[in-house]
This record gives sequence, structure tokens and C-alpha cells, in this order.
Amino acid sequence: MTLPAAETAAMRPSVGRFRLPSLAMSLPAAWIVLALAVSLAAPLLPLPDPFRQALLRTLQPPSWAHWLGTDSLGRDVLARSILGLRVSLLVGVGSVAFGLAVGGALGLVSGYFRSRVDLWISAAMTVILSFPPLVLAIAIVSYAGPSLVLVIVTLGILFVPSFARIARANTLSLADREFVLAARAMGMRNGRILAQEILPNLAAPLIAYSMLMVAVAVIAEASLSFLGLSVPPPEPTLGGMIATERANLLDAPWAVFGPAAVLFLTVLSLNVLGDQVQRRLDRREAAL
Amino acid sequence: MLAKGLRHAASLVGILFSVSLITFLLMNLAPGDPALAILGETATPESIAALRDSLGLDLPLWHRYLSWLGGVLQGDLGHSFRANESVAGAILQRFPVTLELLIGAQVVALGLAIPAGIYTAYRARSAADKASLAISLSFVSPPPFLIGIVLVYVFALQFGMLPATGYTPLGESIVGNLRTMALPVLTLALFEFPVYMRLLRSDMVRTLQQNFISLARAIGLPPWRILLGHALRPSSFSLITVVGINMGRLIGGAVIVEVLFGLPGIGDLLVNGIYQREYLIVQGVVLFVGVFFVLINIVVDLLYGLLDPRVRLDAARR
Repeated sequence: MTLPAAETAAMRPSVGRFRLPSLAMSLPAAWIVLALAVSLAAPLLPLPDPFRQALLRTLQPPSWAHWLGTDSLGRDVLARSILGLRVSLLVGVGSVAFGLAVGGALGLVSGYFRSRVDLWISAAMTVILSFPPLVLAIAIVSYAGPSLVLVIVTLGILFVPSFARIARANTLSLADREFVLAARAMGMRNGRILAQEILPNLAAPLIAYSMLMVAVAVIAEASLSFLGLSVPPPEPTLGGMIATERANLLDAPWAVFGPAAVLFLTVLSLNVLGDQVQRRLDRREAAL
Repeated sequence: MLAKGLRHAASLVGILFSVSLITFLLMNLAPGDPALAILGETATPESIAALRDSLGLDLPLWHRYLSWLGGVLQGDLGHSFRANESVAGAILQRFPVTLELLIGAQVVALGLAIPAGIYTAYRARSAADKASLAISLSFVSPPPFLIGIVLVYVFALQFGMLPATGYTPLGESIVGNLRTMALPVLTLALFEFPVYMRLLRSDMVRTLQQNFISLARAIGLPPWRILLGHALRPSSFSLITVVGINMGRLIGGAVIVEVLFGLPGIGDLLVNGIYQREYLIVQGVVLFVGVFFVLINIVVDLLYGLLDPRVRLDAARR
């Protein structure tokens, strides 16, 4: 895993160059809506208790009672996968929101005021980028002790440089445009120019990029939880479930491949959607 | 030119210092007493006080940083209490495994990506090209350990062709080493190759539209000579950069893959250091990986200039 912050962003558009048929757009969208709905409504769903152990019913194959079978402690794999998915999405959305807010603000300030401020902010970003992202995440989480908030903030910090870079690059070119000059000539203050003139124009590129970053964050959380460095048990995480049930891979592949499929489909859908949004945006910008 | 070189060197030193500072602060600002963490819950107050004294934990922070940095510059990363070996020794002993994994993965990924990238660029918009896009999206999407688990399930558990875990040193048996490294290397390579393939493809599609390619075609050169002899080199610059940058992404992936396959590399050392609360080992590995990563990026920067005359000219003009 990998937290490929800037580099994936740079190459994502080239991963897909063709317009996929619209089915390839609606299926991922449907999956994401389903994933969000199910993870929000998890406590209300008629599912077996994800924490109840049944030592007489361990490693049961999929059945009507347990759609994805049971794990090595007899717990329902589907119910646990849904709770794990909830953690993944929470971390994905939370950390990207953090990166977007902090990185976007820093990039905005740095691209607008340039000079000294820009230099300091760029230096700070270089420092964050000078560690392999996953290793830095592992180090922070392991020193400070794993918890949901910490995982969100840690991954969020790792996303700050790439959001800052995008915001800065866009602000640099926007700051020289006529409408900004006009606003300044009318005596608008810097704060208002930033908030009312520049920020609305930054929203589109930053939001398109955010979707791809949520996918990256979900992968990163899965990697951390695979190493046991995310939300601590008994709270299920997709990576943690896979790591624990790996020992029974031959006897009960469903206990591993169930959460694995949930993880895979979620990230794949986010990638396809993010790709599409970004491509549409590129076209719109080319048309302007 | 000299001034530029000096400026580069100064910023390199600056980055290396900040890497060391962050590594140090991470450990020293973390909650809890490092002495207690090193000795474990059963430690007596006297032994904790003695260790605090010998680690200099009661000195001011900047003082501790400088003396730690002084040790690091002499290759002293501290001593692991549980394993009773020097941290630097443990890292150097395990680094070759990680390096073999990283290099093997890059070689296999490029071995898959270059032919596939050339073919899909040559037959752009064909069915094979579209299929390769779907394949790349599905390989980029799972985290590397998922690819690894599927490979283990198929090749180790179902067919029993390769061992699922374990490591045979290269010095012991070359075949044994390759057998134990095959699945880990393939796991990382499959994770990287789609990105390389699509990158080469899109650059090559652009190159193939240029005039000198039309000329070569008009002369009547066979397609393979045009593709390999004329189009490949000018299409591969972004590929080279990304292969270099990806070393960092791969180090992260290598940590997971080493844990998954039980390879004794530095990723395994890092994670076991965390599980056993060996803070000095964790600190040492993080510092080592950070410095390695910074140096790789510098080398890639320099290589890029050497390979692409346009970058060299640009730099000289500035």
C-alpha cells in the first residue's frame, strides 16, 4: 500500500484514456451508494450480531443464516465486513476531508501571497514528502497508539502536500486573472478575494481529486489494519479480518475473500468514478 | 553550474536534517516513558532511573537530539535490548532481503509492462487495449496484500507449486531463494505493472503520431524496428521518473509483503519492532528508510537529466 499521494494523482488520468460504457459508470456508483447506505444503517439491519462468538459453529461455509459464512470464532463474516467497511469509509472520508481542508488552505495562501509564506509552506511539504508515506503512517500510529481519530489525522497529514500542491498551482494561475485584478481594484481585501473569487474556482479540481484520494485512504487503512495498527479489536476492520483469518485460508476461504471482495469492490468503484469525474473536468477545462 | 550544485547539496542536507529531526521527535514526543517501554512493565523504579540516566532522558530535548544525531552520523543507532544486537547491524543484515524484493519487483513489473505497453500503443483502441485498461484498474485497486493472498491461495495452497511463507538466503541455495522470493516479488510487481504499462502506452501513442515515425514508416521499416528502435526511447522518460519515484511506494508495499510472506527484511524488522515495543529499532528503520528514499529521489533526478537531453539543455540555459 501504499499511500501514493502525489505520484498516483499524476498518473491516474493516464490509467484510463477511453470513455467506459455507461454501465461501467452506474455499477460503481450503485456499489458506493449501497456501501454508504449499508454502513450508515448497519445497526438497523437484520444481521447476526457481529461480536457474538459461537465456538460450535466456527468456519461454517456460506448459508442462509450466514451469507458469507462464519470466521474462526464463529462470528458472522457479512456483519463484520459491513462494520469493517464502515471503518474504512469513515477513515477514507475523514482523512481526505482533513487533507482537503488543511492542504487546500495552505495551498491557497501559498499560491496567493507567494514569496516568504510560499517558501516556508513548500519546505514543510517537502519534509512530509521525504518519507515513504506508509512507513511514516506506521511510525506515527505505532508511537501514538492506534485509534480511529489518530488513523484519520495521520492519513490526513499525509494527504496535505498533494492537496496543497493542486490548490497552489491553481491559485497561482487564478491570481493573475482579470477578475481577481478587478476585485482588487475595487478595493476588496485579500481575505474576501480568497474566499469569494478564488476558492469557488478551486473547488472543482480539488473535489475531483478527493474521490481518487478516498480510494487511496481506504487502501492505506486496510494496510494499517492488516498490520494491526488501525482501530484496535474487537472492532472489526477489513484488513484486520483478512490478517486474522489468513491462517485458515484453505479451510475457510470465505472468511478471507468475503472482506477482501468488499474492500476490492469499494476501491475499484471509487477509482472508476474518480477517473470519470476527473476526465469530465479535464474536458470542461479544455473547452473553456 | 557550481552555484546550482551547491544549492542542491544544501537543500539535500536540509532535507536529511529534517528527516532526522522528525524521526527523533516522533519517538521523543510520543506519550509514555521510553525507558519503561524498553524495559517492560515488570521493571523496578531503580532500573528505570538507571536506564533514563544512561539514555540521557532527563536532559533537555535539543541536547538529546544533538547527541543522538552525533551517534547517528557515526553509524550508531543504539542498541536493541531484547535482541542484544546493535540496531544498525540488524538493519544492515536485513536490508539485502528488502533490496532483492524491491529490485526484483521493479524488474518483473517492467518486464511485463514494456511489451504490454508497446503492444497496446501500437494497437491503440483495439479490444486488447481496452481489456488492458480494465485489467489495470482491477490490479491498481486492491492493496498489495490482497494480490498476495490470492497468489498464495492459487499457487501455494491449491497447486502447492511454491512455498507460502519462509525465506532461503541467496547464499544457501539460488533455486531455493528464487522459489521463496517468487510470490512476494510477483505480488509487488503485479501491483506496479499496470501503472507502468498505461504510462508507457499513453506516451508512446503520442510519439507514434510524430513526423519522424511517419518518415520511418514511409521508408518501409518493419513495425518492430520502428517501435523498438525509434519510438521506445523518446516515450520512456516519464516511465523512468515514475519507476524511480515509486521506490517509496514500493517500500511501503514491501513492509506489508514481508509481513505477509514472512521475509526477514527491514519491513519485517520495523513491524516486529512495533509489536515488541523496541522503539530504537523502529526509530532506526524509519530513519534508514527516510534517508534511503531521499537519496533514491536525488539519483532519479540526476539520471533523468542524463537520459533526456531536453532537461539537460533546459537546466544549462537556466
